[in-house]
Amino acid sequence: MYKYDDYDHQMLQDRINQFREQTRRYIAGELTEEQFLPLRLQNGLYIQRLAPMIRVAIPYGCLSSAQLRKLASISRDYDKGYAHFSTRQNIQYNWPKLEQIPDMLAELAEVEMHAIQTSGNCIRNTTTDQFAGVAPDEIEDSRPWCEIIRQWSTFHPEFAYLPRKFKIAVCGTANDQAATQVHDIGLYIKKNAEGEVGFQVLVGGGLGRTPVIGSEICDFLPWKHLLTYLDAIMRVYNRFGRRDNKYKARIKILVKAMGADAFREKVEAEWLHDKDGPATLTTKEVERCRAYFTDPDYEVLEDSDAGIDEAASRDVMFSHWLERNVAPHKVSGYRIVNICLKETGVAPGDITDRQMEYVADLADKFGSGEVRVTHEQNLVMPDVRLKDLYTLYEACKSESLATPTLGLISDIICCPGGDFCSLANAKSIPIAESIQRRFEDIDRQKVIGDLTLNISGCMNACGHHHVGNIGILGVDKKGQEFYQVTLGGSSDRTTQLGKVLGPSFAQEDMPDVMEKLIAVYLDNRQDSETFLDTYNRLGMEPFKERVYANAD
Amino acid sequence: MPTLIKDGAIIDNPWHTVQKETELAEALDAVEDHVIVPFSLWQEHKGELGESGKTVGVWLDSDDDPYELAYDAGDLPLIALNFPVFRDGRAFSSAAILRGRLSFKGELRAIGDVLRDQLFYMKRCGINSFELEDGINAEEALASFNDFSENYQSTIETPEPLFQRR
Repeated sequence: MYKYDDYDHQMLQDRINQFREQTRRYIAGELTEEQFLPLRLQNGLYIQRLAPMIRVAIPYGCLSSAQLRKLASISRDYDKGYAHFSTRQNIQYNWPKLEQIPDMLAELAEVEMHAIQTSGNCIRNTTTDQFAGVAPDEIEDSRPWCEIIRQWSTFHPEFAYLPRKFKIAVCGTANDQAATQVHDIGLYIKKNAEGEVGFQVLVGGGLGRTPVIGSEICDFLPWKHLLTYLDAIMRVYNRFGRRDNKYKARIKILVKAMGADAFREKVEAEWLHDKDGPATLTTKEVERCRAYFTDPDYEVLEDSDAGIDEAASRDVMFSHWLERNVAPHKVSGYRIVNICLKETGVAPGDITDRQMEYVADLADKFGSGEVRVTHEQNLVMPDVRLKDLYTLYEACKSESLATPTLGLISDIICCPGGDFCSLANAKSIPIAESIQRRFEDIDRQKVIGDLTLNISGCMNACGHHHVGNIGILGVDKKGQEFYQVTLGGSSDRTTQLGKVLGPSFAQEDMPDVMEKLIAVYLDNRQDSETFLDTYNRLGMEPFKERVYANAD
Repeated sequence: MPTLIKDGAIIDNPWHTVQKETELAEALDAVEDHVIVPFSLWQEHKGELGESGKTVGVWLDSDDDPYELAYDAGDLPLIALNFPVFRDGRAFSSAAILRGRLSFKGELRAIGDVLRDQLFYMKRCGINSFELEDGINAEEALASFNDFSENYQSTIETPEPLFQRR
């Protein structure tokens, strides 16, 4: 993992001091609400429905066990003993006290963490594939590049007052788990015929009110030009992005309005000036960053284990967990373990202080002391020995961390919704729970198989509903909460935006609606088709017919 | 009277800023012999302004294109960038373009809704004078230039990014 040097520490300390003073001036009435707003947002602080909310950055989803322990103790000391992992691989505290925020930030700084630029109209936390560095299908480890982008984007003086928020994702694996195509900038790491690293650059993707898949503006950007090219994109967006209407201010609207070709021309014209200038990346800098992400000392191990096979044959829940939550690793005898935070009855992505500490201990004991956060709101232990899986599983089980349903219907992506968020039109957590309860039977979930179900409580789409195979969007109809369903979304290399099924439903109808959608799939699927495959083959009609059959 | 900070010192402001939609005659009527005229007025009456005997600067609004000063930036003693509202960050890019692309060497001034908490970033983008809103404590504003000891990026102020110096 990246380690701060004196420069990083000093800048973080400078920021803490600056924000402590800004908070003091606000409380003393020297800063107006309006003036304080962007300052607090760029320090991760929201004023929410019930209390302030602070969002702490987890750069590209990577955490050390020490950092996770700190997040746990902060949740205990400053909050209600739990926290929430967001769809941006960050963590949110829902009940802090405003006057204690500077102290929380000072504690976070002890473990090289902060809440900088986790909100506001600036460049947000860069995200990536949670299997970076350990995935067998990796083209290039994305983490050093994410760190380079993190440093470039942190306190960038020119881009702190953008028209709207700005999100960058980097993907270095064949299978995209970072939803790269629905980001303001999506970067796919590639290698050319000479084996040199570069980036396919997509711009103008995004969810929210107007979901758009990003357009390619560069097929292969040689690595050394990464930052100058990003600067050029940002400058074009900062100058020409709309500022008159918050809902039309994202870069996707600009790219749509100009057309991708015209946008590319503008970027290239701007880039010409800075290309090969002082911000051009050097081999030395890339190697410096890569040196922080070296492999742990892997043992030489067989890629099979009789003890694990035996345990799986007698413990059916373990075999489910093995099948769903454990992924192949690039090194023989190792596996990637997913901890699914979707236990029925617990808000998706929520975790208690005790569970955090427990996971940190497990990561030290069974892994490399590292934990990843996924945009699906789950956790990952990247380096577990195959032979330790059963012991680890048992340990996870004892703290309700062994839910064996990764990627199944109950592994729901879900924003905090109307229970917490002041932007929401409708609640989302109770919908997730009612569906989880309806499909509680794990055998039934496994029959249904791979399926992404994403729920957002409003058009801002924090729950990524447009790219769920099934998406649910909370809408407000004359003060009543209703739910619109979309089908066919996906966020991998072949990203698709879901299409609306039809008129929305009342909250209590949602489990039945899901039941009918699933029934259409199971009745019609061929061979090993997933829900998405069947939908892509059949289209919307049969789903629509079944769900609205007895309507009117 | 707004306070002016230039190159790290609080100074008297010799410049009069002419508002938009002011006629040329009225603009030249100012008692000050230094005037900052809106970009549209300057575009229309560049010749007359040049022969007026006044020292003339130009101010750009956040939606004016700084590249339109490509041929004149070298001759102007002052360019001001207006922040119609502090949230409008376009002038940060205008500043970087004027300094970085057009090699503007004169005084680059921030005017309008300029907040103390933005001065630091403005300076990094090449702005070297700041007309502060009333009510901003100038001493505190000066101190805010020291909020950060370093920065990661290549900026107008420090073209070498941190990684070149690490």
